Amino acid sequence: MSIIVDEKTPVIVQGFTGRMGTFHAEEMIGYGTNLVGGTAPGKGSSDHLGLPVFDTVKDAVNETGAEASIIFVPPPFAADAIMEAADAGIRHCVCITDGIPAQDMMKVKRYMRTKRVEKRMTLLGPNCAGVISPGKALLGIMPGHIYAQGPVGIIGRSGTLGYEAASQLKAVGIGVSTSVGIGGDPINGSSFTDHLKAFEQDPDTSIVIVIGEIGGPQEAEAAAYARDHMHKKVVAYIAGLSAPKGRTMGHAGAIVTGAGESAAEKIQIMRDCGVTVVERPSDFGTVISKIL
Amino acid sequence: MDIHEYQAKALLERYGVPIATGGLAYSPEQAAYRAKEIGGDKWVVKAQIHSGARGKAGGIRVCDNENEVWEAADDLLGCRLVTAQTGPEGKGVYRLYIEPVVVFERELYMSMVLDRQSERILLVMSGTGGVEIEELAETDPGAIVRIMIEPAVGLQGFQARGAAFACGLDSSLISQVENLLLGAYRAFRDMDATLLEINPLVVTEEGRLLALDAKMSFDDNALFRHQDLSELRDKSQENPREMNAADRGLSYVGLGGNIGCIINGAGLAMATMDMIQLAGGEPANFLDIGGGASPDRVSKAFKLVLSDDRVEAILVNIFAGINRCDWVAEGVVKAMTELDVRVPVVVRLAGTNVEEGRRILAESGVDLITAETLAEAGEQAVSAVSWEAN
Repeated sequence: MSIIVDEKTPVIVQGFTGRMGTFHAEEMIGYGTNLVGGTAPGKGSSDHLGLPVFDTVKDAVNETGAEASIIFVPPPFAADAIMEAADAGIRHCVCITDGIPAQDMMKVKRYMRTKRVEKRMTLLGPNCAGVISPGKALLGIMPGHIYAQGPVGIIGRSGTLGYEAASQLKAVGIGVSTSVGIGGDPINGSSFTDHLKAFEQDPDTSIVIVIGEIGGPQEAEAAAYARDHMHKKVVAYIAGLSAPKGRTMGHAGAIVTGAGESAAEKIQIMRDCGVTVVERPSDFGTVISKIL
Repeated sequence: MDIHEYQAKALLERYGVPIATGGLAYSPEQAAYRAKEIGGDKWVVKAQIHSGARGKAGGIRVCDNENEVWEAADDLLGCRLVTAQTGPEGKGVYRLYIEPVVVFERELYMSMVLDRQSERILLVMSGTGGVEIEELAETDPGAIVRIMIEPAVGLQGFQARGAAFACGLDSSLISQVENLLLGAYRAFRDMDATLLEINPLVVTEEGRLLALDAKMSFDDNALFRHQDLSELRDKSQENPREMNAADRGLSYVGLGGNIGCIINGAGLAMATMDMIQLAGGEPANFLDIGGGASPDRVSKAFKLVLSDDRVEAILVNIFAGINRCDWVAEGVVKAMTELDVRVPVVVRLAGTNVEEGRRILAESGVDLITAETLAEAGEQAVSAVSWEAN
């Protein structure tokens, strides 16, 4: 098993026929993802990459039975695309788009909550690298070859730092069950805690790495959840020890504005909750191999 | 994006927030003339910079006659004001805002922010104004009222009145507060603000509510739908190197150290800075070259990092996902041959097309230090600087 996606999950691409959508659709098919089609409003009933194109997500779900979607839609229209997916009954949605207005995300979150819990979509991102269950399926933009299959779950804000962790693990012969990107925006679809819950239930995952950074309350929430509700070990790294206060470090959400948001404070909170903290980002491999 | 006090006040006035009659000045003559236009016998000359804490830094002057206004303006214009929030380089003063001195009976605090915990707009109010809210939160947390605004329906009248009562305001003021808060909320929503702060919000001797200072920041990601707000951008308040980078699609933040960083991805960039610091060095900058970086973009990044003359070594750390190591390598070689690079350069490549990238670097014959891992990259960069120093 793994979380969110596996080789059977039927996937569609929203923004299928665009440059980004096309490039990454080909990569995902190449990795073995069960891609069943995509959407491009106004281009319905045509074909792209040998797969059907639909006008709406609803049509795509009805015709293909799609359960997951990945969004490559420009920022002004991305919030709309996420809500369309939620409405059409998509279970897991990955939004790659970077640059969605925060108030649009506020609306998206509010809209998602109007669905009954059992029908509510899980959103990864926006501004994330997606999700990969190595050897099974890729629903994202990460380079598949750096991941080996194994027992470590990864949840991270940053794409490239997730790659760094996975490749360090592979170098010491350790693999990954699923790696999830939650994105670098101030308001994101799902939190570290949401995915810790899923990893706790997943029999193929024995340990989880949380890769956080400065800004926001989610790392602290995750630490408390790990302390109170998890049997599996959680290892964390927080980026941005050297980042100054009040400056946005690339990710819209990576900014220290108040108490508890700096890397040093988050590391302390993590430690207080019994989470093992990786101090140097070059030590993911050695720390995890010692524990396993 | 931040804007000036006078701009925030003009925007808020359209939403019914009461402000004093003021005037903008770019010269001492204009300042004195504005004071005359406004009338009265006491004025404040306020330096317009993108920073709070201007009063303590000497950026707000009270003047008793037009001559004093002229002199205060002459003194402030063209200077760099260093406040607790600007850093040691300060911010240039090129615009002044002149207002009559307002005699008030009471100071209040009001702000709205996008709260990441609740994913809602949070209204914060306090009956104690004129102080930093962070200080108040520590010394007297009970004096702060917090109201979470439900996004589907927006701020409601009962919530605004509730905030006013909680601040201990006289019942004669309640409807004024309600109008102000509802107007401020509409402004926040309509213009995709991320912060709106009125501090102090005062009650005048005549029992009128007035925004004595105002601060607004907007979501950069939403500027595509607010052309009018983009026009309020004041580039004189931005760091030239950071502005230059942003205009070229690069995300750059200067940090003051001596190891220049060229990295892809915000997380990896922060982690690499941390590695440098843990290895005993000081990063000169944060720089994310983004996904799909062409050789040309990499070369531009070199130019940008080298424009900081404190840089004594450069560390290139790329973990290519959508990026391609061969393109990055071509960019490094291009920069090293075309630019006058006199500092040691450490390059670490990983991910997509890494073998091809390493081959390009090796065959180019340019003088580079290569590293295989993140740990090596950090150590090599730090030792390159100390070696140069000896």
